Amino acid sequence: MNAGLPREAEVVSRREESPGLFTLHLRLTDSAAQAAYRFRPGQFNMLYLYGVGEVPISLVTDPRETRHIGHTIRAVGRVTRGLARLQPGDRLGLRGPFGNGWPLGDCEQRDVIVVTGGLGCAPVTGAIHYLMRRRERFGHVNIVQGVKHADDLLWREQYEFWDRMPDTTVLIAADEAGPLWPWHVGRVTDLFDHLHFDPRHAIALCCGPEGMMIAVARQLRDRGIDPDRIWLSIERNMQCGIGLCGHCQIGSKFVCRDGPVFSWREIAPLLQVRGR
Amino acid sequence: MQADCTLVAGARFLAAADRQRLIDVLREAGYAVHGPRVQDGVIRYAPVATIEDLPRGWRDIQTPGRYGLRQTDDARLFAWAAPAESLKPLVFPGREVRFTAQRDASGRLHFQPAEVPAPRQAVLGVRACDLAGLFLQDRHFLQGGAHPDEAYRRRRRNLFLVAVHCTHPADTCFCAATDDGPVARYGFDLAISELEEGWLLEARSHAGQTILDRLPTRTARDEERQEAEAAFSQAAAAQRRRLPGGDLPARLRERLNPDAWQAVARRCLACGNCTAVCPSCFCHAHVEESALNGSATRRLRQWDSCFTAGHSLLHGRPVREDTASRYRQWLTHKLSGWLEQYGRSGCSGFGRCITWCPEGIDITAEAAAIAGEEA
Repeated sequence: MNAGLPREAEVVSRREESPGLFTLHLRLTDSAAQAAYRFRPGQFNMLYLYGVGEVPISLVTDPRETRHIGHTIRAVGRVTRGLARLQPGDRLGLRGPFGNGWPLGDCEQRDVIVVTGGLGCAPVTGAIHYLMRRRERFGHVNIVQGVKHADDLLWREQYEFWDRMPDTTVLIAADEAGPLWPWHVGRVTDLFDHLHFDPRHAIALCCGPEGMMIAVARQLRDRGIDPDRIWLSIERNMQCGIGLCGHCQIGSKFVCRDGPVFSWREIAPLLQVRGR
Repeated sequence: MQADCTLVAGARFLAAADRQRLIDVLREAGYAVHGPRVQDGVIRYAPVATIEDLPRGWRDIQTPGRYGLRQTDDARLFAWAAPAESLKPLVFPGREVRFTAQRDASGRLHFQPAEVPAPRQAVLGVRACDLAGLFLQDRHFLQGGAHPDEAYRRRRRNLFLVAVHCTHPADTCFCAATDDGPVARYGFDLAISELEEGWLLEARSHAGQTILDRLPTRTARDEERQEAEAAFSQAAAAQRRRLPGGDLPARLRERLNPDAWQAVARRCLACGNCTAVCPSCFCHAHVEESALNGSATRRLRQWDSCFTAGHSLLHGRPVREDTASRYRQWLTHKLSGWLEQYGRSGCSGFGRCITWCPEGIDITAEAAAIAGEEA
């Protein structure tokens, strides 16, 4: 396979999640390629809008779902605003999957803490679905979501559904609450006293703005979780997805190839320097 | 470090009058021959037809921020330091089409990989520092991960390299300090030691031996070899610049504080000249070019530079917002990150970045200043 050449994909369905945020379900038009397509939660595809360009977008569907490939996308730039206009039947290009993905195998038998911030929830949504559909394999699952404003909370009913699952804790915080906001007002780290985990066996998956992830990782480390088991999904400019174009480098790491998921032990020395 | 300037035993001698034969034999073997030529006021690689095209008697004068040429009556063809450009454009062109895409009337997309011209090319006059640079490009494009670059591989495979051990380093050169020169040690097919009376030739590959066997040579004499080695030792001793010693990567990792980089940032124009001439810089951008009527579009790959704001763009803003953080990225990647990524420093002592910097910023002096030592 030529990893630099997009394959044609078709939009199967499109759902508006909130203003400017949408989910596309795609299918590779080569049915054999679609049937052979495999990925791990936390990996990403490069989506190519004809005549405009390409962007890295994380996968949100369950890896067991082989009929289509799901992406939740925020319309913020030239390419994503164009992708927002695609309708079922429209074609685009797809390269991937790329990157390493979450260490979900290592989550088995452990208490899991998933912390997401702001719009960072998409890359871990796939992981949460994965955990919930295989619930018996994991210990206590903690889902912590922080948003800037109460209105930014997506998939509210999803969180309410997860909250009713056995042995599962859902904690949500908004910097600014709206009327009838039932959850915490403040930061996600304020909620860490309410987590259920045994630090000796816990593992954390974290995604969101870098400053928030750094604060979360330090707190979890201080609460006894091994820095090798605190995982962060990092974002950088990515153009090739295969460690060649050089844009995503932090220190000696190529985020697209060595990551995007890194352990706190690996990435902490690199993230704590401004502008790397 | 004392550079090793000894030649391997068994060199052959080709008289000056027979030098044209090398070009002829390479052409007969199917190679398009490139070599250094004086063009646009610099010595650069370009197609050559005869030995007369090579820069006989020319000297290059390279100092921080300055490049000049002067002619002498020296009969030698390679009595100058290094071409203005590295070998990089031959294997990794500055701009090339990677694929084209078409949208048909039904809205379907058709992707077509671009044809990659990979001519059999022989390059005469390659310096040890350039070979080290090419080795670095090889590591990145061919051994970096699960998806090596096929276009690079094809062009690289068709390259026949004739090294010339260096006798006239420029003021900006420091290959002896990085242990990459002045004598080429690896990565070539044939190597030339240039004497006034002719060339000592050594083959280092099967292809090189095949070419050498077709040339009218005799066994080199000991005194010829000694004369050549003495010139290389002089070339090594003439170099004044060096990178700071000790564990430089570790020292740089400890000095990432932005304040330390402000002094150089005040002089750096962030123009990207250094990254363009550097033989190891590999960053490239993907660029889309579409027909105005939307019927076809193509993806180009072109050199990019970590000195631009666009290089680190994330959510509409650069991660590296100022020149200090960009210079830090360039220098620490070159002298520290490369070691972890590919097992050796990204600097081969070329000094081109010093020559072509409009401000004459010297990587060796900046590394020393950052690492806290006198240059």
